[in-house]
Amino acid sequence: MITKKIINTVEALLFGAGRPLRLSEIKALLEIDFGQLELSTIKIALNDLEERYIESSLELQEVASGYRIQVKQDFSSCLSSLWTDKSNKLSKSLMETISIIAYKQPVTRGDIEDIRGVSVSTQTVRSLLEREWIKISGYRDVPGRPALYSTTHNFLNDFNIKKISELPPLPDLEEVAEDFSLQAI
Amino acid sequence: MDNIVQTQLEIPLVMGQPLEQLPDDLFIPPNALELCLETFSGPMDLLLYLIKKENIDILELNVADITNQYVEYIELMDALKFELAAEYLVMAATLAEIKSRMLLPKPESEEDELDPRTELIKRLQEYQRFKTASEQMAILPRVDRDFYTASAGLPKFEKKQVSLDININDLRDIFNEIITRPDLKVNHQIAFEELSTQDRIRLILQILSKRNIIGFNKTIRKKEGKQGVAVSLLASLELAKDGLVELIQNEENEIYIKSISRSLS
Repeated sequence: MITKKIINTVEALLFGAGRPLRLSEIKALLEIDFGQLELSTIKIALNDLEERYIESSLELQEVASGYRIQVKQDFSSCLSSLWTDKSNKLSKSLMETISIIAYKQPVTRGDIEDIRGVSVSTQTVRSLLEREWIKISGYRDVPGRPALYSTTHNFLNDFNIKKISELPPLPDLEEVAEDFSLQAI
Repeated sequence: MDNIVQTQLEIPLVMGQPLEQLPDDLFIPPNALELCLETFSGPMDLLLYLIKKENIDILELNVADITNQYVEYIELMDALKFELAAEYLVMAATLAEIKSRMLLPKPESEEDELDPRTELIKRLQEYQRFKTASEQMAILPRVDRDFYTASAGLPKFEKKQVSLDININDLRDIFNEIITRPDLKVNHQIAFEELSTQDRIRLILQILSKRNIIGFNKTIRKKEGKQGVAVSLLASLELAKDGLVELIQNEENEIYIKSISRSLS
């Protein structure tokens, strides 16, 4: 009993929400107008949209916070000039910091500093917090109770993935050790 | 400042070879302030770069050279970016320490002693892992750089007329309720403590100066009620804490206050 109307409403929600929507959210929103619905109905609607977009510039993508519609990557070169200002150049130290948090979370600033050998600037942490890529997930039970940082759903969303394990694997110590050894130093 | 940079560029030798390019051979480049901001993310990064690209051998290092650079760097260092420079200095000091420890003859008995370079290598390797990971992460497709989310303008929302189910009488009732509300905040009189713990302590001590032991219930007067019990309890606990009395309970659960020191009265 999936109707064109349902599919179109799902599409309207995804376009209008301005953020990813969860399956359960879509279901709840649809039920206001359509009454009781099965979760499978929503899935069929999403599949239908996916097929509908094959020939277009759009695609349906599932990320950590749910489903969203996005522009296919093939068109990003064309769009990029519109968006270049949006501080997309991330500094090396910011990338190192976020990668240590992503792979070793939860970590304190001290943990990050131990690995990087430089102090983590407040600005870096603030910038990551502002992007909502990291959050304070607790405090370590040691003197000073330093904040523990973890990555957020938003971080996963922005990298187009659903969970942390989808990140490229962290290089093994052995792999790294081949690069330089005692002899090299 | 230019002068120092100039002279520095003339001196450096790497593995005995003069280095033409700048400033790759400098452990603490004079322009490390900008250099590390733009190129290197810290002393670990710089050292890794030197080791891999320049094949620098710590064994070949001239400690005097490092020290000279070290001192020159301190001179160059303005107050600005002080903490950044400090980290480079720590690294230079570490290198100098490693070098000097390696120069020392190793007593045979301490054959097992760790190679001074081990710790540094371990840290470098750990750093390398995350550096690689961060480089991989940097090329992952990222929102608003490699892909863009799609959204559409919103349609005009129908203004839902919220019909409030309320009439004038309700309004009056609510108002009534509000103006009577303060009446609920009745003043609360707090009575002063009529019985004093200090007095009770004095009383108990007085009794105990005549006899050695007294039943707890003998320290209470009926008419004092709960407050009397509380005051007596506080008094006896106070006395027990100070080590003046001992509190004993017999099999019938009766409490006795027993004097410990006789000199008190």
